[in-house]
Amino acid sequence: MMQFVADGIVSAALIALGAIGISMTYNILRFANFAQGEILTIGAYFALLLVGVMGAGIGTLGPVAFGWPLLLSILFAMVATSIVVLVVDWLLFRPLRNRNAVRITLIMAAFGLSLMGRNLVTLIAGGEPQYYAFFIPKAFELLPGIKVVPDDIAIIAIAVIAFVALFLFMTRTSMGRQMRAVSENPTLAQINGIDVRAVIRWTWIIGASLATVAGVLLAHNTQLRPEMGFDMLLPMFAALILGGASNLYGTILGALVIGLTEAIAVSLGLAGYRAAITFMVMLAVLLVRPQGLLGEKE
Amino acid sequence: MESYLSVAVFFLIFASFYSLTTLGLNLQWGFTGLFNVGIVGFYAIGAYTSAILTGPPYPDTLIGGLGLWFPIGFIGAMVTSGVAALIVGFVTLRLREDFLAISTFGIALSIQLVTLNFESLTRGPNGMYSLPQPLSGISDSNLVDNILYLILCLAIIGAVYWAFERMVRSPWGRVLRAIREDETAAAALGKNVFAIRLQSFVVGSAVMGLAGAMQANFIGFVSPQDFLPIFTFQIFVMLIVGGSGNNLGALLGGLVVWGLWSFSEQVIGAILPASLNAEAGAVRIVLIGLILALALLFRPEGILREKRIVSREAHLS
Repeated sequence: MMQFVADGIVSAALIALGAIGISMTYNILRFANFAQGEILTIGAYFALLLVGVMGAGIGTLGPVAFGWPLLLSILFAMVATSIVVLVVDWLLFRPLRNRNAVRITLIMAAFGLSLMGRNLVTLIAGGEPQYYAFFIPKAFELLPGIKVVPDDIAIIAIAVIAFVALFLFMTRTSMGRQMRAVSENPTLAQINGIDVRAVIRWTWIIGASLATVAGVLLAHNTQLRPEMGFDMLLPMFAALILGGASNLYGTILGALVIGLTEAIAVSLGLAGYRAAITFMVMLAVLLVRPQGLLGEKE
Repeated sequence: MESYLSVAVFFLIFASFYSLTTLGLNLQWGFTGLFNVGIVGFYAIGAYTSAILTGPPYPDTLIGGLGLWFPIGFIGAMVTSGVAALIVGFVTLRLREDFLAISTFGIALSIQLVTLNFESLTRGPNGMYSLPQPLSGISDSNLVDNILYLILCLAIIGAVYWAFERMVRSPWGRVLRAIREDETAAAALGKNVFAIRLQSFVVGSAVMGLAGAMQANFIGFVSPQDFLPIFTFQIFVMLIVGGSGNNLGALLGGLVVWGLWSFSEQVIGAILPASLNAEAGAVRIVLIGLILALALLFRPEGILREKRIVSREAHLS
């Protein structure tokens, strides 16, 4: 009966990891990045590349069906994806920013990138589903009536570690404080000598790295497909808006709501409408609270 | 000779669906600044409405099979997509512009899920077939029928173009551009920004629905596969390339980009072997993405620039 809670939290962890990148580009670069889904996808495929090159499978770690080879591949994919994202920013978004393009132009460019990215992945890696490794998930009963796979617990643990690291980065490091300053008031931040270019670089790197983690874990749990990230776009956006777009913790809370809603929809036999139901929940919340759950009024 | 002519007619008929949709988007985005990422959703609503109203009865659907005359299908399509836009717009047009983008994107996805899963209305993945083609069977020749349909399409486009030109030149049209340029200033002048945005959104979406109905009845078949997010993207590329804020530019953009799209299909199809069909489709999408990126970077105003429209009473030095 309560099974959906466990399922919902796992998908919430993945949604939140992906949505933090959207939240950061939204608050610091000030546009809704429609290409975020493809960052997840590219990250997952980069990891597949290293898994294939190493040829050692993905290992195991106790009862968990992945180990150091996959974790190493995640690190590699984080670096590779960050480089791709920085190059794209340099080629497309920076010239647009420099000519003071309106926000919508940036969104449209991202929309185009999303389609191109998806099709480039299809061209290079093929359109068929792929897997890091085959494994048979061995579920055990965590609480009466709630079955979980050890990998799910590992996914939640990795997500929590990532959130704590992000929190420490944003509050304890100089770059983190600079990022928050730019997100509050870019002009004032620049006047105070903050290197906005460096802030933008770190925005992309952190967003892409967390999205890569999300992409790899999602692919491990399901499969690699060129559309895997695109299918996550709406839940990620919904989490962002629901939580209050200007608030990182709101995004995590929003992801929890979305993940649980999806799981409830599936448990009610409405799997085909999952995305639509999530979306309607988001619209309903916005009608009552336009600034989102934890957002401040503009 | 005749085969070339029939290919050309076929091409122009499809171009007219795209151009008409682009014209609808131009009202929303070009003149009012509403970033509608759900174009394909409104197009699909129109197509399915006309399919239900004009199509034959199917054994497995609740309603439909009404077999009505095609103009009723077209009008019905405008009504349902307009009503859908009214509901969507009412919820989302008060939000920030990028929230509108995300919301319309979500609406289009939700509509696609309905077409796939609500089988007693839409027949799901099987699609609705054997829709009557308007003006078919008037003559003995398929080509003549198609030419007549093309003339009908051009007449509809001409009527919408004429109406839109009048609308954007009217005081109402000036308010649209005022809202696009500075929403706060427009509100300060006592304009009801929300109501006017909603009107522009509804009218534009109704035109998109009409174009969808015209396509559905011409092909005689609708299925969820015909309404993918790529369509929204194509329409945006058409508008940006043609010239956002210029109705003639919107029509031209539809023709030019549809031409490039069809031409690239021929070229890539000739170069790549048939076994690489899926790859060929991917190459084309990457190409059209590049066209958009280059247009945004190097000619953001498009082929035809927006005309400066001011009131006759205004005297500018």
